[in-house]
Amino acid sequence: MKKPEPRGPVSAELIDLLTRRPGADGAAQTELLGLVTETARLTDDILTDDDLQLALFCLYELHYGGLEGVDDLWEWEPGLIAVRRLLEEPFEQALRSAALVAAGPPADGNNAAAEGKPDSDAVAEMLFALAAQDGGPSLSRYVAKKATIEQLSEFLIHKSVYQLKEADPHTWVIPRLTGRPKAALVEIQADEYGGGRQHRMHSALFARTMDGLGLDSSYGSYVDAVPAVALASVNMMSLFGLNRRLRGAITGHLAIYEMTSSRPNHLYGGGFRRHGFGAEVTEYFDEHVEADAVHEQIAGRDLAGGLAEAEPELLEDILFGATAALAIDARLTAHIVEAWQDGRSSLRTPLPAPA
Amino acid sequence: MDHETKQPGDPSSVVLCPDGPILIRGDFEIVTPSGDPVPRHRNTVALCRCGASAIKPYCDGSHKLIKFRTGVPSTVDEDS
Ligand code: FES
Ligand SMILES: [Fe+2]
Ligand SMILES: [Fe+2]
Repeated sequence: MKKPEPRGPVSAELIDLLTRRPGADGAAQTELLGLVTETARLTDDILTDDDLQLALFCLYELHYGGLEGVDDLWEWEPGLIAVRRLLEEPFEQALRSAALVAAGPPADGNNAAAEGKPDSDAVAEMLFALAAQDGGPSLSRYVAKKATIEQLSEFLIHKSVYQLKEADPHTWVIPRLTGRPKAALVEIQADEYGGGRQHRMHSALFARTMDGLGLDSSYGSYVDAVPAVALASVNMMSLFGLNRRLRGAITGHLAIYEMTSSRPNHLYGGGFRRHGFGAEVTEYFDEHVEADAVHEQIAGRDLAGGLAEAEPELLEDILFGATAALAIDARLTAHIVEAWQDGRSSLRTPLPAPA
Repeated sequence: MDHETKQPGDPSSVVLCPDGPILIRGDFEIVTPSGDPVPRHRNTVALCRCGASAIKPYCDGSHKLIKFRTGVPSTVDEDS
């Protein structure tokens, strides 16, 4: 993707550094480390800090498709990994607190964990219960009933940061699993990647939906337009996916995504049909109604449940990944719905009026 | 755990999901009573058994909305 616009001193210095040769300027790297340490300490809320979330997003992007004009050697440059860890630590802490608030008082999960032998059906049941209590304002009902065509575009723009690389963050964990949870994840991911058919990849279906609304469907094209919390939602998946020690969290994250998908996607599709869009545009949503009714069963029982049976000490992180996903996405939803209800754009830079 | 784990190499398996659909994976065909194939987009499918799905024969997650309950299926061990 093209390099995003900086949102503050940290992202500005990072992006500037990335345009140079890796290792060429040790002083600049040291300076960045100092700046990140200081900024991370002073931020009110790292989850909504534009500068820090964008910096983290750029650092993670080096592990995905990379940034245009940035040397691939930067990916494993020790100085950058150090910066990433400085950002990841408070980010993970913030996610853990947000998840704790979202989870409410400890439920059966802890009993199962205390007994030391969680059972995959019980884990699936816990995750389904979490998904069911998902409260807060509903983006899917708003999209179904009220969203204007401009709001539909904004909705796609927020989603595009992840959906154009849909499934990739969860793929990182495949080599870290074995046996039942591994087979389960590969089965789900095969579907996400279109069962071997390029045009059926979920990212490709999403690109066609964007095309249908006249949006730019190239990866990363709207990163500059989305708020920090939208970046945080994607950074969370990269954090969970790229750190082996958080393998429980990434499976819980995927399970909760699958479990909160079929019904909302049914409503999203309805919102686009209400504006007269046809199958080319709604296929992404229609596919998810059916696919995720399959995926939620496999992700809850065989992936998350299977992992908890194999490594019982990971149950806590499985639930953390699930509740963090719910908590962050609730914040993003609140941001979007509040803006729309006030008649404002939910983007940092409103879309130009249609030509 | 006394429930059976997936056997690699099994031609097909049918999983009765608690309070949910029937998951089928492996080599099988879904056909109408007259034998015509039912459109199918993936290898492993979830068939609705609560009756509430809007995309039958497939599950669309509606069983959660209607609070469909199946009870626990009895196993071979328990029967014998
Ligand atoms: S079993 Fe899922 S909708 Fe009927
Ligand atoms: Fe998907
Ligand atoms: Fe899915």
